[in-house]
Amino acid sequence: MCPPPTPPAPATGTDAERRDAWHKVTGTARYAAERTPPGCLHAVPVPATIARGRVTAVHADEILRGPGVHAVLSHENAPRLAEADDRTLAVLQNDRVPHRGWYVALVVADTPENARAAADALRIEYAAEDHDAGPADGHPRLRTPEEVNGGHPAVRERGDFDAAYATSAFRVDATYTMTALHNHPMEPHASTAWWTDGALTVHDSSQGSTTVRDVLARLFALPRERITVGSAHVGGGFGSKGTPRPQVVLAVMAARHTGRPVKLALPRRHLPATVGHRAPTVQRVRIGADAHGAIQALAHEVTTQTSTVTEFVEQAAVPARVMYASPHSRTTHRVVALDVPTPSWMRAPGEASGMYALEAAMDELAVATGLDPVELRLRNDPDREPDSGRPFSSRNLAGCLREGARLFGWEDRDPRPGVRRSGDRLTGTGVASATYPYLVSPSTATARAAPDGTYVVRLNATDIGTGARTVLAQIAADALQAPLDSVRVEIGSSALPDAPLAGGSSGTSSWGWAVHRACTALADRLRAHSGPLPPEGLSARADTAEEAGKESPYARHAFGAHFAEVEVDAVTGEVRVNRLLGVFAAGRILNPRTARSQFIGGMTMGIGMALTEGSTLDRRYGEFVERDLASYHVPVNADVPSLEAHWLDEDDPHLNPMGSKGIGEIGIVGTAAALANAVHHAVGVRLRDLPLTPDRLLPHLPGRPD
Amino acid sequence: MDRDGTAGPDPAGHDDRGDERRHGHGPGNSRHDGPDRPGESTSSTVLQVNGSIHHLRLDHRTTLLDALREHLDLTGAKKGCDHGQCGACTVLVDGRRVNSCLVLAVACDGPVTTVEGLAEGGRPHPLQEAFVARDALQCGYCTPGQLCSAVALLAEAAAGHPSHVTPPRAARAGGPAELTRDEIRERMSGNLCRCGAYPHIVDAVTDAHRETVR
Repeated sequence: MCPPPTPPAPATGTDAERRDAWHKVTGTARYAAERTPPGCLHAVPVPATIARGRVTAVHADEILRGPGVHAVLSHENAPRLAEADDRTLAVLQNDRVPHRGWYVALVVADTPENARAAADALRIEYAAEDHDAGPADGHPRLRTPEEVNGGHPAVRERGDFDAAYATSAFRVDATYTMTALHNHPMEPHASTAWWTDGALTVHDSSQGSTTVRDVLARLFALPRERITVGSAHVGGGFGSKGTPRPQVVLAVMAARHTGRPVKLALPRRHLPATVGHRAPTVQRVRIGADAHGAIQALAHEVTTQTSTVTEFVEQAAVPARVMYASPHSRTTHRVVALDVPTPSWMRAPGEASGMYALEAAMDELAVATGLDPVELRLRNDPDREPDSGRPFSSRNLAGCLREGARLFGWEDRDPRPGVRRSGDRLTGTGVASATYPYLVSPSTATARAAPDGTYVVRLNATDIGTGARTVLAQIAADALQAPLDSVRVEIGSSALPDAPLAGGSSGTSSWGWAVHRACTALADRLRAHSGPLPPEGLSARADTAEEAGKESPYARHAFGAHFAEVEVDAVTGEVRVNRLLGVFAAGRILNPRTARSQFIGGMTMGIGMALTEGSTLDRRYGEFVERDLASYHVPVNADVPSLEAHWLDEDDPHLNPMGSKGIGEIGIVGTAAALANAVHHAVGVRLRDLPLTPDRLLPHLPGRPD
Repeated sequence: MDRDGTAGPDPAGHDDRGDERRHGHGPGNSRHDGPDRPGESTSSTVLQVNGSIHHLRLDHRTTLLDALREHLDLTGAKKGCDHGQCGACTVLVDGRRVNSCLVLAVACDGPVTTVEGLAEGGRPHPLQEAFVARDALQCGYCTPGQLCSAVALLAEAAAGHPSHVTPPRAARAGGPAELTRDEIRERMSGNLCRCGAYPHIVDAVTDAHRETVR
């Protein structure tokens, strides 16, 4: 087979239509709970109703007499699991209750209705113990962990912060707080599992089913070859499906115990306690600058909480090691383990929360120095990564700030806060920077050329809504120099070549690298081949363990700048977003259509983080108060104005063959600070506690003139 | 539960297929409404979905959403919250949008249209085309509900139903509502999208509206 004489125009960089769009608009895309094998049973887990203690009795007998109930699993009879690295998966293994909402039983019945009724009716007795649900701030058991999420050291010191800060011409010392936040993907976590002749098949709502398979193999002491986990379509995850969550373990247990297929979809109200959240943080930021606004000293100190089940600490102080020149610096994290649900990844863990505090403090410094907030950031743009001293592979924060200022019309801004009033409306504008690291993981992939001129690329990537199916086909088409529609991409099953999760904004870089390698090797084989292809075609396989795992001598990050205009009702305290504009520098954008969707999606979640979303921990009961979508306010369409996402072309040769950085998370990163800074500009009062709901604004508003 | 008393004349009276839609009165259905014996927890019922008649024996607690998903294998309508708070389960009943998780299947009167039934004669609905063209979706889990909601939105606006943001003068004047972006945003706000496709959804509804009024 000969390659076509003229290679087709490159597919990457074009607006290729989302490949699964038609399945999704016709309702034919199947998610984890949407396959019902014959004889399938339905399982509903039972959450603990105490914050700490022991289960002393599970009255399963009362339930088993009820209609349609097949089994009640608890620590008394559930299959024993091997030791789990992630102890949130060690469900029904003992009588301990580490927090309210922890699963203590599982009811399996013939219909969803019978399962739900029986789970509601199941009587469980407890020996409750005194619990400690914080607050974390000032807690006597606060400690400094070794590492925080992402493997970063918890503490970094450079120079002499205290001395430099004390002698700075301008000083900002501010403490910012955030409530807990919940991912709440639209598809609640679900699994369907069945055993056939000792082999296990699972459909799981996961961001990476290779890992789900490996963890199940370990927990259930099975060879990996006996397990297949599919995640063909996933209804969002935002981190909460990044690793296996309890539903998949429970579904597999129930299927083993009953010998029947079992479907388990978590009720929405269970998610806040069982699948992770962004932990609440208290962040103290101190910045000292000289007379010209050059930062001399920067301290970012984070206090947060985790559960007693496992330690998870957002790396919220880590962006301060990347962002601004600061000869004297201190960045620290402290955490306390409480009797509360376990936090985990939520979109841009660390960056979203840390950059809210840092960028709000930069705004305060701009006010203190009298410098324009864009100018202040430009003056402190470093040429090397401050913490590591490494050169940046590319850093276009300044370009993003300048281009954003131009597109937004920033130059005419009146810096005075609280002076733009029209009727009851106060308006203001704000800016904030964004950053997200370039992450990449090893992946494998295969590519095959068929005699009919078509290609099949296979790897266990996951499309959680990012457009992975589409962009991987584009990458493959270019490497093969083949038309885009001649390339089929198979993803979403652990039966395919192993691949890492859709997380850390690393999917396209990690999977795409392996796809590029496999397709390049296949193209070489095709060129060397003469005559017609054999019936089975020609194939190539790639494993990027070596190149993707290599340390880089460069500091590699995406950057961005957010500009916001808000309107605050001086009477009701309601904040409305008029405009939100982001400019990003994230390497090469491989599909502008799906990239724009991800950027504006992240910005939308940032609107929620700034203005509407918050999970209140009721310390008396150790549980989150907002446990449904009526009380946890995800932004709705009416909350979101026309969002604009733009990007700068970056040609960074130090990344991967596609030149791509990640784009899934940076959209959220600067949004909350830009909005909070705009609120300050509108009302003239600095509010440092998110979300900026009307009750928090009301005491500070001028109201209606008499 | 005895449903005989509820199967009166169609109060809206705007659909001449009304009698056929009634549970127990559908073509070829000889079974009576309600449970076979007093105290039973299931009933025979007939659902008309996407033009097909389905005879089902359903638990009285079964929601329309679960009937579609678990009994008819129509999984287009999604379960996002099961509490009427997210809109992912939106379907059309008698042309009106409803949260199917809040409707008991045995109490469902009227023909049901789900996302699987939006295409007509093999041609996709203009909204389906517009959602694809505008990339008005990411994970896709809210998409069927957004689409059904948008179909009803276009009909509501054409029928002159005002919304919270309709200027009072325009609402009093009657006639089709002008579908500005603010109007679409307001009228689509019962359907959550966590991926944040809202601006593209507004673009898509705007496009489809232009297509349908042309």
